[in-house]
Amino acid sequence: MTLPPASPAIARAIAAVGVVKHFGSVAANRGATLDVAPREIHALVGENGAGKSTLMRIVSGMFPPDAGTIHVNDRDVTGWTTDAAIAAGVGMVHQHFMLVPTLTVAENIVLGHEPSRRGVFDRARAVKDVEALTERTGLRVDANRRVSSLSVGEAQRVEILRTIFRGARILLLDEPTAVLSPPEIHDLWRILRRLRDDGATVVLITHKLDEVMDVSDMVTVMRQGETIVRTPTRDTTPAALARAMVGREVALAGATAVAVGAAPAAPIPFNPAGTTQNRAISRDATPLSGGVRAVSPSAPTLTVRDLVVPSARNVRAVDGVTFTAIGGEIFGIAGVEGNGQTELIEALAGLRRATSGSIHLGAHDITRDPVRTRVDHGLSHVPEDRHRRGLILEYSIADNLVLGAQHQYSRRGVMDRDRIAANATERVAAFDIRPPDASLPARALSGGNQQKIVIAREMKRNFSVLLAAQPTRGVDVGAIEQIHDRLRAARAEGKAIVLVSAELSEVMALSDRIAVMYGGRFVAVVTRAEATEEILGRYMTGAAGTAGGAT
Amino acid sequence: MSTSATPLPPAASAAPQPPRPVAGQRGMRSALEEALLPPLVALLIALVVGDILILTFGESPRQVYRLLIEGTWGNPYGLGQVLFKATTLIFTGLAVSLGLRAGLFNIGAESQLAAGGFAAAVAGLTLAAGTPAIIAIPLCILAAAAGGAAVGAIPGVLKARFGAHEVIVTIMLNFIVLAFLNWIVAARMAVPETLHTAEMRAGTVPRLADSMGAFHGSAANWTILVALAAAGLVWWYLERTRAGYELRAVGLQPDAAEYGGVRVGGVWIRAMMFAGALAGLGGINQVLGYKHYYEDAFTGGAGFLGIAVALVGRNHPLGVVLAALFFATLSQGGLAIHALVPKQMVEVLQGIVILAVATSVPEVRRLLRESAARGVR
Repeated sequence: MTLPPASPAIARAIAAVGVVKHFGSVAANRGATLDVAPREIHALVGENGAGKSTLMRIVSGMFPPDAGTIHVNDRDVTGWTTDAAIAAGVGMVHQHFMLVPTLTVAENIVLGHEPSRRGVFDRARAVKDVEALTERTGLRVDANRRVSSLSVGEAQRVEILRTIFRGARILLLDEPTAVLSPPEIHDLWRILRRLRDDGATVVLITHKLDEVMDVSDMVTVMRQGETIVRTPTRDTTPAALARAMVGREVALAGATAVAVGAAPAAPIPFNPAGTTQNRAISRDATPLSGGVRAVSPSAPTLTVRDLVVPSARNVRAVDGVTFTAIGGEIFGIAGVEGNGQTELIEALAGLRRATSGSIHLGAHDITRDPVRTRVDHGLSHVPEDRHRRGLILEYSIADNLVLGAQHQYSRRGVMDRDRIAANATERVAAFDIRPPDASLPARALSGGNQQKIVIAREMKRNFSVLLAAQPTRGVDVGAIEQIHDRLRAARAEGKAIVLVSAELSEVMALSDRIAVMYGGRFVAVVTRAEATEEILGRYMTGAAGTAGGAT
Repeated sequence: MSTSATPLPPAASAAPQPPRPVAGQRGMRSALEEALLPPLVALLIALVVGDILILTFGESPRQVYRLLIEGTWGNPYGLGQVLFKATTLIFTGLAVSLGLRAGLFNIGAESQLAAGGFAAAVAGLTLAAGTPAIIAIPLCILAAAAGGAAVGAIPGVLKARFGAHEVIVTIMLNFIVLAFLNWIVAARMAVPETLHTAEMRAGTVPRLADSMGAFHGSAANWTILVALAAAGLVWWYLERTRAGYELRAVGLQPDAAEYGGVRVGGVWIRAMMFAGALAGLGGINQVLGYKHYYEDAFTGGAGFLGIAVALVGRNHPLGVVLAALFFATLSQGGLAIHALVPKQMVEVLQGIVILAVATSVPEVRRLLRESAARGVR
């Protein structure tokens, strides 16, 4: 496809210049620029915390910039409201759905603009309008179904439909694929291309480079609040984009990081005789039966056998997983989010009941143990969502630093305030938590420092096995390095670490062995030496695992 | 509440903070601001509306307020009545606020209070006449706590076991328990031609007037010391014990508490039992300290007013004591100003204070938001 030349005669769909936005002491945007031509699919990429969402929210009117200007369709709209943005045809599709589950698809879509006859809601017309819209856009969803019965992919289609129904011609999508399965992602691309061909403009926030290469016409890279690169997609490579995102040659173990599945994959170099599922189990069974690795009998291990865990939507969200993590190794679990990793970790941590299978911590069967017993047996857990699980935001740093160990920091039921304070002073210093005032509520800290509280708590405790779920999500680069160092140090001390991360580069940089989780199963378990981005990528998207090989 | 530049008096020392984990000055000041500002603004709004109301009755606001103060804090009898009414409200306010701290909206203080009063009376009736006060009074107090706890435990258990919403259960229980007590008193225990039981044989608590003659005629009695002790105990429990740490964690972020090894259901049951026990203790004011028998419907809405006390008191035990005194003053003051304006005017003022505070209290906003989100999910 040809790019519209940057001629002044052609309207810019979006032109953001020199955008600055602070949240407290954190600069989310510092002079960010975005230039989007009409009728293009524009990818906005960058690491977590690069300021992509902030910039999009400013464009969509959720809050004004501290400095800089926003033009939409060549009109200065700096600091406008969401209402004005919607009226001007700018609509944002958020990462988290904002739908009413008990209403039907049609009712959700017309919500706020309900057709009515003599003051009464005209359901028939709403359904007709919505059906006409689905016909026109190719976004197929049954208008009469309740939203609560939709899959995630369908719910997202409803979100997009609603945005279009309100007249959006410039669509801003915030990480739309985070919760989608590969076929659903494929559908989404088809839909976005069709919208573009009908004259719409699409801005797509993502940090996955394969998606950029797949669907976008132009790409803008942001790093630490600034715009680094703007280039036509066909003129760049995933490696170049990765370099721009991170700001240096991606020297982590996976050299080309993130570029999963961008290039047509080479044939999978190993071709297990049986299914990959068998391969995963047999590979794992080896250490169990005492071969291969020289494991001292006292080394801490986490042994999981045939674990089945339900979620709200899926009775087998974890569908028979078997593995052993051994002291002195980092066992990485890669996979697209929503393939059972959350449920697996929660089951291991005691936050979710397994329907069958077993979990052993060393010699202890902890399958049915409550959280506290697992902690006392030496299990630590960095949860994936620090705001929901990992911290009590209103509690002070000091109080958060004993969460989960409050029974060890109390005497006869009374909290031991001196020890809590001493513990806080020590950990705040050791983990460089800022500001270094342990009486501040956790809410007052930046994301990276909040995560340091969690890490400090879980890694200073006397533990043998650590579950680390998305340990660096939403954390700035410096803190990432520090957290990675801590994980490596724990491995060197002989702890067993189970690492779950949505960032393939992170899994590859840290892990000794890597399992790929897809559809609730481990579709492959490979050693670090065997792993390449290509292989893992193909398993992650289900392209390899199901057919036992490539096309 | 934004950190406004309101010039509160500067904290005691301007010296640089030592690098110890003590509350920072700024944190302290804005916490104080957040705690005090909503009730004070609410009071201000209520005063303005009150002025307007009084003017529509053709009276002078200054005159009415003077009467109100004179009829309450202005003379020993009025003060005694305020203390008497405040005693029950401290207990029910603590009962509601303890629930709120655990994330539970306890609407059942009314029936918990009634059950506590009933249990205290039954204990006093069962004891042999002449049982020494040092034994009888604690036993009756324990009975009151146990009676309230029994009623409070029901919504806790139902929520923990079956996910039944505590608001629905406590409201329904109010009807059930009050109707049951009405029936059992009327059918089995009432002194003929009345709706109250016989007088207790032991366990009564002396009135303040017995030792301080000035309070003569007022119902104020020494159970107010139990109320103040309960407030102190609740503060200590919440802020200093592990169970309190866990209870507050459940109220703020149940998912994080669960992650921290807290059995959320267990905390719910415990919190509702304690809340029930506190409300139940409110019964000793009326039964041990004043009437010396259980009288049907003696609660008179004090359990519901406990909700307002908890909200205006910002769920802090000291705040609850102050708010209880405030609402008791309004209630008693209503009688004093009746000559000039209808006493219902103070109920309007109460309503305005409650509304204004309720809409500005973060805990309430969060509860509302969460139950809205739960309904949507």
